[in-house]
Amino acid sequence: MEELEKQMELLKAQIDATGNRMPDNKVSLIVFSGDLDKALAAFVIATGAVAMGMDVVMFFTFWGTPLLRDKNKKVGGKDTMSKMFGAMLPTGAKEAKLSKMNMGGMGTMMMKSLMEKKNVSSLEGFIELAEELGVRIFICEMSMDLMGFKREEMIDYEHKTYGGVAGFLEEAANSKIQLFI
Amino acid sequence: MSVNIEVAKVMDLKGLACPMPVVKVSKGIKEVEVGEIIEAISTDPGSLTDFPAWARTSGNEIVDTQQSEEEIKFYIKRLA
Repeated sequence: MEELEKQMELLKAQIDATGNRMPDNKVSLIVFSGDLDKALAAFVIATGAVAMGMDVVMFFTFWGTPLLRDKNKKVGGKDTMSKMFGAMLPTGAKEAKLSKMNMGGMGTMMMKSLMEKKNVSSLEGFIELAEELGVRIFICEMSMDLMGFKREEMIDYEHKTYGGVAGFLEEAANSKIQLFI
Repeated sequence: MSVNIEVAKVMDLKGLACPMPVVKVSKGIKEVEVGEIIEAISTDPGSLTDFPAWARTSGNEIVDTQQSEEEIKFYIKRLA
């Protein structure tokens, strides 16, 4: 009888451990690219995943981070390198360019007017929708630091946090889907 | 086709592009009771595969699909 109880306990512990290994119904996206087309794809997947009942977290790193800058927020006290990076990189989603056929901005302009005509939401619109849907955004602290971005110049977004690779890996390890864009 | 389906809510999704039809329907279906049916009208051809995929994943049921030249009508029963 005692033996049986022991085995039961062992079994229970094993079942609990299995439960912990099951990924959540979650999507983790790494937005590495700052290109308009790639960021759009990331947001289509993110918002679509919420519709499918999934929890979504987007990690913005490297060239993806400037997409979340707010044009109307100015911060001072930057060194020369940070100022240079700041000036060369897009200030927010509206300034993002196509990865192909940009043609000095012409291609991007044409794509944007096509998107409007075909009723495809703009990247800025997608960010707003994502916020409304509860998509979490996680911004890489190291990229911010490298490019000299300050927290005060990032967009207001309700579900936004800052962090490092461990934070991402914890989320990714518990996700059914992980994508690098 | 001739069977009358009692609809609790009609959603006009005409002109919307991916992923908006499923995003809107996933919100809209929460506004009817479990067991009730919504009618969703889409013009996005991608909806033909997207709606069934969404229904399977979210645990709802598409009871009927009516496709004409101009639009696609989905009758979706809320089960979840």
